Amino acid sequence: MAAGVATWLPFARAAAVGWLPLAKKTMPKPPVDKKSRNDEILFVNVSGLRFQTWKNTLDRYPDTLLGSSEKEFFYNEDTQEYFFDRDPEMFRHILNFYRTGKLHYPKQECIQAFDEELAFYGIVPDIIGDCCMEEYRDRKKENQERLAEDTEAENATDTPLPPDSTSRERLWRAFENPHTSTMALVFYYVTGFFIAVSVIANVVETVPCRPPKGSKKDLPCGEKYTLAFFCMDTACVLIFTFEYLMRLFAAPSRCKFMRSVMSVIDVVAIMPYYIGLVMPENEDVSGAFVTLRVFRVFRIFKFSRHSQGLRILGYTLKSCASELGFLLFSLTMAIIIFATVMFYAEKGTKGTNFTSIPASFWYTIVTMTTLGYGDMVPNTIAGKIFGSICSLSGVLVIALPVPVIVSNFSRIYHQNQRADKMRAQQKVRLARIRLAKKGTTNAFLQYKEEGGFQGRGSDNAVCLKNRSSFEHQHHHLLHCLEKTTNHEFTDELTFSEMCMTESVGYRTSRSTSISSQQGVSTSCCPRRAKRRAIRLANSTVSVSRGSVQELDTLQVHKTSSGPQSRSSLNARTEDLKLNCEDRDFTAAIISIPTPPANTPDESLPPSPAIPGILRNSRPTSFTHETVKISSL
Amino acid sequence: MGLVMGAFSMQGKQVDYHPDKVDDDLELSIVCHRPEGLEPLEAQTNFNKKELQVLYRGFKNECPSGVVNEETFKQIYSQFFPHGDASTYAHYLFNAFDTSDNGSIKFEDFVMALSILLRGTTTEKLQWTFNLYDINRDGYITKEEMTDIVKAIYDMMGRFTYPALKTDAPKQHVDAFFQKMDRNRDGVVTLDEFILACQEDENIMRSLQLFENVI
Repeated sequence: MAAGVATWLPFARAAAVGWLPLAKKTMPKPPVDKKSRNDEILFVNVSGLRFQTWKNTLDRYPDTLLGSSEKEFFYNEDTQEYFFDRDPEMFRHILNFYRTGKLHYPKQECIQAFDEELAFYGIVPDIIGDCCMEEYRDRKKENQERLAEDTEAENATDTPLPPDSTSRERLWRAFENPHTSTMALVFYYVTGFFIAVSVIANVVETVPCRPPKGSKKDLPCGEKYTLAFFCMDTACVLIFTFEYLMRLFAAPSRCKFMRSVMSVIDVVAIMPYYIGLVMPENEDVSGAFVTLRVFRVFRIFKFSRHSQGLRILGYTLKSCASELGFLLFSLTMAIIIFATVMFYAEKGTKGTNFTSIPASFWYTIVTMTTLGYGDMVPNTIAGKIFGSICSLSGVLVIALPVPVIVSNFSRIYHQNQRADKMRAQQKVRLARIRLAKKGTTNAFLQYKEEGGFQGRGSDNAVCLKNRSSFEHQHHHLLHCLEKTTNHEFTDELTFSEMCMTESVGYRTSRSTSISSQQGVSTSCCPRRAKRRAIRLANSTVSVSRGSVQELDTLQVHKTSSGPQSRSSLNARTEDLKLNCEDRDFTAAIISIPTPPANTPDESLPPSPAIPGILRNSRPTSFTHETVKISSL
Repeated sequence: MGLVMGAFSMQGKQVDYHPDKVDDDLELSIVCHRPEGLEPLEAQTNFNKKELQVLYRGFKNECPSGVVNEETFKQIYSQFFPHGDASTYAHYLFNAFDTSDNGSIKFEDFVMALSILLRGTTTEKLQWTFNLYDINRDGYITKEEMTDIVKAIYDMMGRFTYPALKTDAPKQHVDAFFQKMDRNRDGVVTLDEFILACQEDENIMRSLQLFENVI
């Protein structure tokens, strides 16, 4: 029931008096309304802007925030008003909804902000009035499409592959995104070059060259330099075949790949050559063979892999299929009509060109597209009149669907531009996020260094106070985590030093064998190795492939540590002895160094670093590779 | 193609004749009515100022033009009875409210009727009810009028009732009514007969007090 009808309920109940004399049974007792009947004015303060309204107005829609008892949560006793910390401009529209019963969508507002406000106030967007519903729906759809595009861009194939990808996956990636590796780029340009060469050869071989000595007739170059052109053609086709086979091999789904447009074009481009090889030099068959050579021109479509604009054009035509269909249909209709008319108009003339209606089709098409070759011309007056009408209408019919196609092209083109921009911005954004994360970790470590935990005397109190209470609480939280896991956070440098100054034996398969191969323990933590051995013996860690990688990741940069940090290490040997084992364990997991190259953010196991690091490590400087097993 | 274009343009001409009609409709809807004033209304009805204010605010919100026409009235009333068809009864109700018989209810009519129904004496209420039943306002309720009213009320119930509605239920109801009300058995019920008969019925008297606290 519409809420506005609530106003009329008292009247409907009053009108029930009319049934009383007719009633067969006694009337039931009316419900007792304990609330005070007096209508009062409520004050609603939205971020400083004060609104006042009757309580009745808000009560009209009892299933929203303002109409139900939910608003009591926002009641401020001191100021005797309802305070909402939301956008006051939007609230105006919300309140108008209560007043008029119609929700309007303000066109200048962001659709998402509006949706959020509606969700907060418990109003279902379906109530939007008809006047604004279309605009709202359009904007919402546009926004959703944009979000879908953004998520697609985030999942873009530009992120580096996990290291356990097969060569097949890498090959496919190289084909799809040539700029990921140099080899792929080289291949990309080489194929592009050969496509161009092939197309130019096709064109040039028909150009008339000077005839060989002893002959007067001009020969096309193709027949003069047959061998040269044949060799060029063979080379191109070999390259194309090789490329196609590689793509077929690398494709994740071969069936899907074979059905895709590009692969069909590839096949069509190279087929004529092989058919020509296979077919004998027969007079009868060579006619068909010549036709096949025409398909060689399809090689030019292979350029669409290299040109984004061409692909956009293709998409546009596909998306405008209905408009193009309409254009074609209306043109056909018009052609038939006018051809018939012209034929019958010119029928009487002697020696006329309009010999039949199909013959008149040619005239109609040439006239409607305003080409006007002049090979067929009407002679009678009626023919001339209808011919002029034909050319006028032709302009109109063709001009109608063109703006639709143009706007579609523009939309798709801009979408593409936006997608590219998104991808570029994504990289910057990720880098910034990584930096921010690093910042918080560093802040925490600094906090620990300054002895924030011990709560030492007043000299530290000053610098401690400079941190906000938020930071204090955050650091306390991280400290709790450390205590829970019995490990500690550390930073890149400290971790790498500790790895350098000690080494532990490492074998992939058995934890027991690791313990047996304890290497030289470090100067800083003699107890560390022992403890680790005990731990390892206790834990039945079966080293799976995944943890092997994790073990791999624990291998660190062989950076040389400066004397400063070492001194800081020594200064706090006491702390180190207590916390050391935890330190390097967590270090591995939490603040693993992120090399500046192309690693993703820290949540992923930073295994892409491995190949580079493993390669860089010189096995001679260490007897064993260091490993830390997390026994979490 | 040119002929086709010509045909389209011809049709366009016909559309030009419609805007006049649209203008007429616009003119009608701009009509507005304002009630005389708070003081006179307070004097004429049994409501105090505050109640009149609440009533008028609700009324004005639903009908910004200040009047309710029959269509809107039917729509509003039908919303309270979604099971059946309340349009016939709403029609009779509308006539009962529209004391000036001009096809629209102004706020004064609305408030006067409410005043009688909610705050009036039992005699006034019974008088109003008699007015409602007497469709042609001739001072007599005939069996036909009563049957129409009762049928309209039963229509509001809809099809799905328990026990199922029999076709002669309205007739039986009307017969029972006349049995009670028509004292001199002349086939019609006059106002006095009606009031007398109702005053003798305890049930009716008691139920008349039920709706006093609606506002």
